[in-house]
Amino acid sequence: MTRHRKLVLPALTTAILLIATGCTSDDDTANEPPNELVLMTHDSFALSEGTLEQFTEDTGIAVTVLKSGDAGTMLSQAILTKDNPIADVIFGVDNTFLSRALAEGVFAEHESSSLADVHAGLIADPRVTPIDFGDVCVNYDRAAFTDSPPPASLLDLTKPEYRNMLVVQDPASSSPGLAFLLATIGTFGDDGEYTWRDYWEDLSQNGVLVASGWTEAYQGAFTAGGGGGDRPIVVSYASSPAVGVYFTDPPPREAPTASLLEGCFRQVEYAGVVAGTGHEDAAGLLVDHLLSVPVQEDIPLNMFVYPANAQAEIPEVFTSFSPVPGSPVELPVDTIEQNRERWIDEWTDILR
Amino acid sequence: MLQCVQISVSFGGTPALDAVDLTVHDGEIVAVMGPSGCGKTTLLRVVAGLQGPDAGTIAWDGKALGDTPPHARGFGLMFQDYALFPHLDVKGNVEFGLRMRGMSAEDRIDRVDDMLQTVGLDGYAERKINELSGGEQQRVALARTLAPSPRLVLLDEPIGALDRTLREHLIAEMRDVFARLGVTALYVTHDRDEAFAIADTVAVMNHGLVVRKGTPEEIWRDPENEYVASLLGFDTIVAVEARAGWLDLGWARMAGDLPAGISRVAVPPHAVLVGDEGPIEGKVLSVTYHAGRYDIAISVGSLVIEAVSSHRHTVGDTVRFEIDGTQLLPIEDAHG
Amino acid sequence: MDRRVDRHPPLTASRLGGFAVMAVPLLFLGYFFVYPLLTVLATGFTTDGALDFGPLQTIFKRSALVNVAWFTLWQAVASTVLTLLIALPAANVMARYDFPGKRFVRAAIVVPFVLPTVVVGSAFLAVLGPTGPLRVDLRQTVWAILIAHVFFNYAIVVRTVGTYWERIDPQLLEAAQMLGGNRLAVFRKVTYPLLRPAIASAASLVFLFTFTSFGIILILGGLRHATIEVEIWRQATGLVNFEVAAALAFLQIVGISTILVLYSRYQERRAVQFTPRPAADAIRPATPLQRWHVISNLTVMAILLGGPLLILVERSFRSESGYSLAAYSSLGEPIGGLAVAPTAAMLNSVRFAVAATVLAVGIGLAAATVIAYRRGWIGRGFDALLMLPLGTSAVTLGFGFLLALDQPIDLRTSIWLIPVAHALVAMPFVVRTSVPVLRSVKHHLREAAATLGATPQQVWREVDLPMVTRAALIGAGFAFAVSLGEFGATSFLALPTNPTLPTAIFRLLGRPGTSSFTYAMALSTILMIGTAAAVIAIERLRTDTVGDF
Repeated sequence: MTRHRKLVLPALTTAILLIATGCTSDDDTANEPPNELVLMTHDSFALSEGTLEQFTEDTGIAVTVLKSGDAGTMLSQAILTKDNPIADVIFGVDNTFLSRALAEGVFAEHESSSLADVHAGLIADPRVTPIDFGDVCVNYDRAAFTDSPPPASLLDLTKPEYRNMLVVQDPASSSPGLAFLLATIGTFGDDGEYTWRDYWEDLSQNGVLVASGWTEAYQGAFTAGGGGGDRPIVVSYASSPAVGVYFTDPPPREAPTASLLEGCFRQVEYAGVVAGTGHEDAAGLLVDHLLSVPVQEDIPLNMFVYPANAQAEIPEVFTSFSPVPGSPVELPVDTIEQNRERWIDEWTDILR
Repeated sequence: MLQCVQISVSFGGTPALDAVDLTVHDGEIVAVMGPSGCGKTTLLRVVAGLQGPDAGTIAWDGKALGDTPPHARGFGLMFQDYALFPHLDVKGNVEFGLRMRGMSAEDRIDRVDDMLQTVGLDGYAERKINELSGGEQQRVALARTLAPSPRLVLLDEPIGALDRTLREHLIAEMRDVFARLGVTALYVTHDRDEAFAIADTVAVMNHGLVVRKGTPEEIWRDPENEYVASLLGFDTIVAVEARAGWLDLGWARMAGDLPAGISRVAVPPHAVLVGDEGPIEGKVLSVTYHAGRYDIAISVGSLVIEAVSSHRHTVGDTVRFEIDGTQLLPIEDAHG
Repeated sequence: MDRRVDRHPPLTASRLGGFAVMAVPLLFLGYFFVYPLLTVLATGFTTDGALDFGPLQTIFKRSALVNVAWFTLWQAVASTVLTLLIALPAANVMARYDFPGKRFVRAAIVVPFVLPTVVVGSAFLAVLGPTGPLRVDLRQTVWAILIAHVFFNYAIVVRTVGTYWERIDPQLLEAAQMLGGNRLAVFRKVTYPLLRPAIASAASLVFLFTFTSFGIILILGGLRHATIEVEIWRQATGLVNFEVAAALAFLQIVGISTILVLYSRYQERRAVQFTPRPAADAIRPATPLQRWHVISNLTVMAILLGGPLLILVERSFRSESGYSLAAYSSLGEPIGGLAVAPTAAMLNSVRFAVAATVLAVGIGLAAATVIAYRRGWIGRGFDALLMLPLGTSAVTLGFGFLLALDQPIDLRTSIWLIPVAHALVAMPFVVRTSVPVLRSVKHHLREAAATLGATPQQVWREVDLPMVTRAALIGAGFAFAVSLGEFGATSFLALPTNPTLPTAIFRLLGRPGTSSFTYAMALSTILMIGTAAAVIAIERLRTDTVGDF
């Protein structure tokens, strides 16, 4: 898709152009280190104070963080500005949209120095570096299942015992929603006797509630969320029980929620050097910094996901309350890219 | 001196002013009189610069005003609805024009006091506009208009919204104020009494044309045409034949003389002498008591004659009267 | 007076509404609205360097998308009518009656306006859910959407119409009643024709807001109810399908423009000039009927607006062990993962809101003047253009900024885009509250000023400005609220991290843990109180000494 800006340049901009001539700033070359790097990321990005400052101390390069909405919005922005990038590094594109970003040519190749330390199976493409991963799993309110057993598998959720209990997110507007849809597709398959479509028909029959996003589902409809909803089962992250404990004052001894470790989908978040930034070398250093052990160890309690670097130590609250699912559902990024829109459309038709 | 030369304005093809010529000399008060829709307000707006003429020239002392905007003309305009600023008090209204001319605050206070005194509103400076009576508002508007000493004052029915007694009172006051301040004014009204009371010169308008111009006395004596005669309240127009010192109305004869070529006259009420005796007989159609006198309408055949009498009459009475031939007003034949 | 004269614009008016006054709003809108919009549409309709209108056909072929367009229209009409029906009696109460706490009520009704939809949405879910006080599950129904729309837009009608209503002389109505009209007849024959411009103004704002409703639909509407706005967002950010998104954006803009042009034609024809009176003498309700009128409307406000808001406040005090002030005691400390303290976020919010309000009022008043002075297609076109940002999807505009504003100065990631984007959305409020007032100012007043020696600029400053101040401040209050509540395109920009209060709230709501939630509710409560205080303060800014206009 090429932009045809010149077609629509109205007369007034020429006027402004005339006023503001002399303000053109040509970018430095790749070899010359810039004074500043721009890191574009989504709204959930967070690190403790001092983590990015360390990079500035080490290299003399300041880092400006641009927050650009949710992960989908960020990807759209990256694609729309790829001819004249607004950032040098992008962090936060995950495996559900990675192929699209790669196909659009958003990223330039970069091999990180600590790539060898990354958990097996996370590396997807030489243009992007895995930074963290999180598993989207079914969570439940333990208080609601003191007398009866909680669900043990995805299929359990279609049973009458769990009628009107589950709340999920719309995959067209929510990242965990899409991940959960992919988990069901990976589990039940796209064709065969009982496909993911049959599964969702059954969920629908069993009174599944669809919320627009994570906050609406967890804080609005989930019984253990803040809003006091009426649904004891919710799609969230494997780390949610731990984070819930961490952000409850005083912290309870037992987590009030738990994750169902079967049928989880692993979201891997990548960082990459933006193609055409002009500061490829420096940008590469910033990507490496994100994968360095101090930053990686800072990630869990700020972004509630697991570090990609195996050398990083995991906080205790994570290890005690949120075990990592053993065998998450996996789908190749290309398969996701080729089918995503069709799957979402089909899902929407079933649930609408 | 204001000169309007061949001013024409039309709205959507309908002419509102049709080649109007009008002059106002320094110190002169000219009243433009006519019914609503005759174009008199439009003329005022054109002079003020609020409305561009389609054709013609407005000039002051021989200099064409052309595109000079209203604020730079040095004219004052007083509206029928006064257009007082509701967000300002009396003082704020009166000093507005002074402020716009950059007069210092101290001088303004003096001038406002002067003006309020002139219009008889001493001590009203701090009053709010919406607390004033209609007459008081009129005076404030007058003070506001006159405060900056405009070289020409334009007045658009300035007392038209007030009741009769107040009007009579105010018109005398205004006349007095204008004379004292040597004001040059163009005064628009539909009211004959008002125009005659205030003006040095009266211009009568009809359908965008000035149809009669003169001093009040001249016009009173000689309205010239039926339209002006009816504006003056002389609605009885009759055919006449002049024969060697006698005037023959067909139903009455009297001594009198007329200019050549006149075949119609207006019979003003003051020409009708009602008495016990009289050559003409008629029937009383209506009687209106009017401050010490009776206005009566008398039918003579198919005609209705208006008269004034000091006696009381009853509707249906037969009255006798005569007509003073020297008081009949010649009416020129309408052109076209 | 010569009736025909009015149709001829006086010279002062055309001089003032001339190029100089038009240039500022035109340049602003041109560069920050029209240009980005055209750029984003051109991008969406370009395939491999050639213009391609295929996506438009796609829309009409997909029945789901046609349904979306239809739903968008009818729910907006229904919401507008419902809001008018519920809010007009309250506008009368606010205009005519005096009661204890009136100033507070007038400010407090704006609060719903600023709260992030996510926050209000959760309160509504609580009220309208099966565990709420109503005991009926209205979630994902049209009713939930309509009720929430009334909640959000109530203040627009009450305040814009109320301000205008105050200025109609009650004597006029009494006179009409003396002439034998019953109350209904008086309203129909006298009050309504005079109020019509203000009602149309308010209705147009409500319509635009609900036509482009986003958060409410998303949270309360479920999958079955989507507006064009929601669908654009889903296509652009959820599916990264720019072609369909651009086609929908095009459809949205064409629809809105048509409606706006029709509206401004109507509005201009209906403008009535009358002598305004100072808006001071509201009366205490005296008769039982008047008391009932005031009390019933205040009750509606308390239930409709107060209910959901109180739920938020109540939740901010919750803790594991009953109620506590825990969430409020740590406001000065940084929130985990946000890197700044809420107090700093608050300061950011206020800074942006002040900048946006100044921009919106300055440019909005210039624009309102042009619209009020200029009859005919220039005024009309201008009017429609100004309202358009309110009817344009935030995604479209946000992405438009990103695509278009890279030259001559790269503003794409400038922090200044925040007040600019807020001002675009806030300006219509200033314009809508000001235009009816400016139009109602008799030309005679301006002409009187001109003949007293005032230049066109002085006429504006001395006559129009004092008259319009009150209305403009009402608009400014909305502008401030709009900015505090982070409406519009800023959510779709990539901006340096300057967390505002709403972003802090989003952040807190985005993680599990009861403290996070309580904390978010506490910040929402503070946002509510701050808004009410700010609106009261702004409306006290009146400077004129005599009349209160």
